[in-house]
Amino acid sequence: MSLNRRGFLGLTGLTVVTLAGCGTPTGPAAAPRTGGRLRAAFAGGGAKEVLDPHLANLFVEAARSKAMFDKLADLGNDVSPQPRLAEKWEPNADLTRWRITLRQAKFHDGRPVRAQDVLASYARILDPNRAFRAKSSLALIDLPNSRAVDDRTVEFALKRPFSEFPNALAAFGAYIVPEGAEDFAKPVGSGAFSFVSFEPGRSVLLKRNPDYWEGAPLLDELEFVIANEESARTNALLGGQVEYAHDLTPTTARSHASGDRMAIHRSPNSAVQAFAMKLDRPPFDNRDLREALFLLADRPQLVESVLAGSGQVGNDLFGKDYQHYAGDIPQRQRDLDKAKFLIRKAGAEGLVVKLDTSTAAAGMVEAATVFADQAKGSGLTIEVVQGNKDSYWADTLKNGSLSSFRSGAMPIETHIAQRLLKGAGTNVTKWNRPEFDALYEKAVSTSDQGAREAAYREMQQVLHAEGGYLMWGFADWIVGAKPNVGGISTAPANTLDWARFDKVWLG
Amino acid sequence: MSLASYTARRIALGLVQVLAVVTLVFLLVQALPGDAAVALAGDNPDPARIAQIRAAMGLDRPAPERFVEWLVGLPRLDFGVSLVSGRPVADFLSGGIGPTLVLAALTLVLLVPISVLVGVLAALREGSLLDRALTSISVALHSIPEFALAVVLIAVFGVQLAWLPPTAVGADLFAQPAVLVLPLVVLLARPICSISRLVRAGMVDALASDYVRHARRLGIGETRVRFAHALPNALAPAVQQVARTTDWLLGGVIVVEAVFVIPGLGTVLVDAVAARDLPVIQGLAVVFAVTTVAVNLLADLVAFRLAPRAEVVA
Repeated sequence: MSLNRRGFLGLTGLTVVTLAGCGTPTGPAAAPRTGGRLRAAFAGGGAKEVLDPHLANLFVEAARSKAMFDKLADLGNDVSPQPRLAEKWEPNADLTRWRITLRQAKFHDGRPVRAQDVLASYARILDPNRAFRAKSSLALIDLPNSRAVDDRTVEFALKRPFSEFPNALAAFGAYIVPEGAEDFAKPVGSGAFSFVSFEPGRSVLLKRNPDYWEGAPLLDELEFVIANEESARTNALLGGQVEYAHDLTPTTARSHASGDRMAIHRSPNSAVQAFAMKLDRPPFDNRDLREALFLLADRPQLVESVLAGSGQVGNDLFGKDYQHYAGDIPQRQRDLDKAKFLIRKAGAEGLVVKLDTSTAAAGMVEAATVFADQAKGSGLTIEVVQGNKDSYWADTLKNGSLSSFRSGAMPIETHIAQRLLKGAGTNVTKWNRPEFDALYEKAVSTSDQGAREAAYREMQQVLHAEGGYLMWGFADWIVGAKPNVGGISTAPANTLDWARFDKVWLG
Repeated sequence: MSLASYTARRIALGLVQVLAVVTLVFLLVQALPGDAAVALAGDNPDPARIAQIRAAMGLDRPAPERFVEWLVGLPRLDFGVSLVSGRPVADFLSGGIGPTLVLAALTLVLLVPISVLVGVLAALREGSLLDRALTSISVALHSIPEFALAVVLIAVFGVQLAWLPPTAVGADLFAQPAVLVLPLVVLLARPICSISRLVRAGMVDALASDYVRHARRLGIGETRVRFAHALPNALAPAVQQVARTTDWLLGGVIVVEAVFVIPGLGTVLVDAVAARDLPVIQGLAVVFAVTTVAVNLLADLVAFRLAPRAEVVA
């Protein structure tokens, strides 16, 4: 026994020495260097995969679009808009006209990026006969009254005053393409990498754009390969077939965090995890019952079990640490006694509530099951119902009263506009308050910074107190890479620096 | 009835079967919750946007009308256009059929000789240590599902020992044949067992049959008796099983494709169903139905040549 133990300890010592010995020269601490091809594995969608950046929908499409194209603005680490192709933006006094100065940038075919290209790109997205994702964000642009002042200046006319117009410029899929571009078999953009080849469902090869306006990328080549199964992405990384594996599970991260074959990169605050209660129908039209649910959730336990610890607890508010986030509202804790009291007060004792969920997003079914367990003994019974994953989001927008919810990063203003206003397209909680809509209107139509922050705070206060979203946690976005890959950012998923490869190098 | 008119009748029947399969698949996809517009809208299911996508895809026209339009193109081998990407369905089929054919062909090339050899060896040494060893290994291998075997092989030979590439991600199957080794082992494991068992049983029966005893009494050499007289009869039941295996392989073995990242027909099918991309699903249904009909017809003809029976010709 003691012999074995000594032998084991000796072996461990040896391993540590070996690791320390070979870790240094190839480690990510090495200075950035140029050259090489990085292969990045993403989940794909076969038939759905396209290179048209305006049609981008999947993560792999977003990452590829970002490598080949630019938007006027994109989201920074705090999910606030940062200038990209736009060098600067200046609104007029009533926030209805925005003058945008373009950077001196070139498309891959050598043509300069001009104001006409910007207007043509937006006109394509806003085409009434088409359904591009960025359309709703850009819909407030009054295109006929917008104009190119000169080659590098665009003046946008808006249909209403809007202080957060740069958010629209950073909208998902609002990329600038050359005027008249319709065929994206060989896409031409202004991005850090230019197109080489595409095999749908298999791979896309890109090469360094030496003339990129922000400086040429460090990598010579960037190849996106498709592996739909998370285990396959992990195995390909471990087997040296790729250097970067996107979207790994917390379980994989946990088992490889201490190993030397894979470096784990976590992007905090990337995906909010929630349950959505509908306010326009029983039983959650009752404010007490909504509060009871808020108090039933044991958030640390949900984060520990469902996210395997790769996340942070939520406070029923979207966008933790993002611009305008009301971080001073006290964190809600589980309070079973108060929840029981509120359930009795609402006359809901013995009630069975169906919680709709599906595998449309990782961890949703697990979270629903854990939450149903946490509600035991409260007087309210939560029954988990698993639905079809492919139509889940459309189904739960209309049906049921309680459902699993998850969302990637977006500005808090966008979250409110898309989900919490009267007539918002994806108002899953059916939150409908004229006084709330008025606060939003005030926030986006004033140029007074103080008044705007006060309005955002007030909106979040009322949502925290009696809203329909029980936002229990924020999942880290997990990426695995070879230990010699440097320059991987941990910005939230969907922001500029996430899945961005022009700053990445191979050590 | 001659062999030619028998074949013609089977082909006519096959066409009816293909049509029935395609119609059934169309109805089944219609019965799934959500359509291509809902699937594409995903977590941004704004009803106004879904309606726009639906109009852009032409999904606002009645389903039977779209189906008939698609059927009319079929005789010209026009499979239509993918709803989601706008690319021709034929591109999806030709893209997926390559990897699936490579895997199926290599599997069959290895499968038939190995399983016949194993079956014959076991039958000739019936009851011996070799027979019992082969039987035990076959039964054990046959009881492991593909995904379990795949996961173990990848963990051991792909990741731990690093002898073979763990997946075929981004690889050209011809340029890097090493990526095919593990998938082939997984695909071969169960069919080798089932087919060698059938060959063994057929061979044992044949060797004990009257005509073999008669051939031996006539003084025909033992080798000739075994391989020219007993073996062809022993193979007839195995041919049907090879046909079923071929059909299974040509359908794209989804589990193997997913685990090893081989973008074959199975992957195309999974993606198309998730996207509710009806023209692509229908195109695949045609391919699968045609291969099933063709492979089974071929198997019946081969079985007939190996062991002519009165009822086929009658």
